[in-house]
Amino acid sequence: MEPFTTLTAIAAPMPMQNIDTDKIIPARFLKTIKRSGLGIHLFDPMRFNKDGSENPDFVLNQEPYRKAEIIIAHENFGCGSSREHAPWALLDFGIRCIIAPDFADIFYNNSFKNGILPIRLPRAVCDQLIDDSKLGGNARVTVDLARQVVVRPNGEEIAFDIDPFRKHSLLNGLDDIGQTLQHDKSIDGFEARQRQNQSWMPSTTAA
Amino acid sequence: MSASRPRTLFDKIWDNHVVERLPDGTCILYIDRHLVHEVTSPQAFEGLRMAGRKLRRPDCTIAVADHNIPTVGSRIPADIKEEDSRIQVETLEKNVKEFGVPYIPILDKRQGIVHIIGPELGLSLPGTTIVCGDSHTSTHGALGALAFGIGTSEVEHVMATQTLLQNPAKNMQIDVSGTLGFGCSAKDIVLAIIGKITTAGGNGHVIEYTGDTIRALDIAGRCTVSNMSIEAGAKAGLIAPDQTTFDYLRGRDFAPKGEAFEQAVAYWKTLPSDAGAHYDTIVRLTTAEIAPMVTWGTTPGQVVPVTGVVPNPADETDEAKRAQLQRMVDYMALTPGQAMQDLVIDVVFIGSCTNGRIEDIRAAAAVAKGRHVAAGVQAMVVPGSGLVKFQAEQEGLDRILLEAGFEWRDPCCSMCLGMNPDKLTPGQRCASTSNRNFEGRQGPGGRTHLLSPAMAAAAAVTGRLTDVRQLV
Ligand code: SF4
Repeated sequence: MEPFTTLTAIAAPMPMQNIDTDKIIPARFLKTIKRSGLGIHLFDPMRFNKDGSENPDFVLNQEPYRKAEIIIAHENFGCGSSREHAPWALLDFGIRCIIAPDFADIFYNNSFKNGILPIRLPRAVCDQLIDDSKLGGNARVTVDLARQVVVRPNGEEIAFDIDPFRKHSLLNGLDDIGQTLQHDKSIDGFEARQRQNQSWMPSTTAA
Repeated sequence: MSASRPRTLFDKIWDNHVVERLPDGTCILYIDRHLVHEVTSPQAFEGLRMAGRKLRRPDCTIAVADHNIPTVGSRIPADIKEEDSRIQVETLEKNVKEFGVPYIPILDKRQGIVHIIGPELGLSLPGTTIVCGDSHTSTHGALGALAFGIGTSEVEHVMATQTLLQNPAKNMQIDVSGTLGFGCSAKDIVLAIIGKITTAGGNGHVIEYTGDTIRALDIAGRCTVSNMSIEAGAKAGLIAPDQTTFDYLRGRDFAPKGEAFEQAVAYWKTLPSDAGAHYDTIVRLTTAEIAPMVTWGTTPGQVVPVTGVVPNPADETDEAKRAQLQRMVDYMALTPGQAMQDLVIDVVFIGSCTNGRIEDIRAAAAVAKGRHVAAGVQAMVVPGSGLVKFQAEQEGLDRILLEAGFEWRDPCCSMCLGMNPDKLTPGQRCASTSNRNFEGRQGPGGRTHLLSPAMAAAAAVTGRLTDVRQLV
């Protein structure tokens, strides 16, 4: 997993509540065998017209937001399915951070697992950041995870909360697997004990 | 934790697999067996590849394709007509080569539904931890293994580390006593249990099934019961290993052999719950509460004896529940008070990881013998594995079923979830031996009634839901 340290990027305003996983990536794209390549279907129902052409009114089809790496939204972002296709699609498009007043639980957890930083900030602050994001030109938002601040284009800093364990994982690019592999010695030890105490345990390559 | 505290079967397996307890109480739990199939593994393999990681223990892993395989015609992956299905199967075959995973090819006689072949091949052993990216992994608990379903991220986690991050579950005992009534089977036991405790009754628990009724079941019956633990909301189901288990496992392909088997049995005998072990929840049933059962609604908990009637949603006092029941009655096109035995059936499906074993096919054939599938009914029998199919053909069961007008197909998940071409069409009513009757599960708009193999065969020959006791 890619570490998340600081990010200075274009933020796309999406002032909507309940952006659910079906809006993020509709169920019909879930039969895929990949987690990469889903970015082209991100927000499909809003981003494309029925004939497949781009909907010019949708924010990610507009400059400079085509290159957005941050999304700013309203309440309950990511509600719906537990499947991980939603964070996979966001990440594949290039989104590394989402700022909203709150998130659906499973989506919130799944984001960390995939190296995306979800930040909870009060609605009024989100609205301020949404206004900032419309300044155009070189307006950039900076997210500094180590210092736990979001920096507005005018330099003002807004503090945010994050669980220390998750912060550590993101800063070091440790997904659950990376964390567990830090206990590699214990796993080796367990396997050695099992080989000794349960030598009857057959292998799946045996028959 | 003191070793002298009386422990349940679940406690013992758990304690024996904790690699490390993390400061927040989460445990790194060692996984002995990882069963892999084509639907939930591709992103996990891709994740390994993207991170440059290896599969830690190919020798604890085994793969098989089951969900997408056609039950008629060519079984060569390149011939699978549905593109999504074909790609999933071909991707699995590519991944197992790349990562060195033992694989049971589709044309191998031992291929079949992952939860059928685990016990059948002796891959599922007492006291082990078994996972698979599939909720019905609970099946393997019938052999006394701690077996549960996991998501794709966890599949990848097991591939890379042979462990999972887990928090302990609560212990639940479901005790069933008495002699099973005439015409009743393991399926009726588990449907009655879910009817009693509801589909949320097992939430947060691992269920251990105990009692003389459970002890009297053969391994096939125990698999049927354990399989549906997940439908009761439980994380897993368990049945303590006993002589029936040991006799079943002896000589199976992947089971320990010779001296190793005797060592294993000595260990397995230490596993049953200690006297005085603590269960957080205890439920008791007697066989007096179990008749040939059939579901009427769209969850497995909406179940009545076949002699019963469709309940009336108006009798429910809670408004939200009433609305939910009404929705089920409407979806299933039922009338409150209607006799279950008046319901006319379009399709009969005998198969799945719940009831696709040789014992199930024998039970169906016993009812079908000398009778004929009713006019207008399509009845299919889909063995759970190649070995089940072979055994049934050795016993001549295929001929009995074919002569009675049943279709005799090749092994796969088939109409259990309609990922392959076997699907209900909208409005069709199906008597099914599978485990889920959710809206659209067997095909969009399809209506599913869950029941035992003998009851399914009875429905096939009469064309309506029928009390099998009248036929045998
Ligand atoms: S038979 Fe049905 S429940 Fe069992 S693994 Fe296949 S799809 Fe799942």
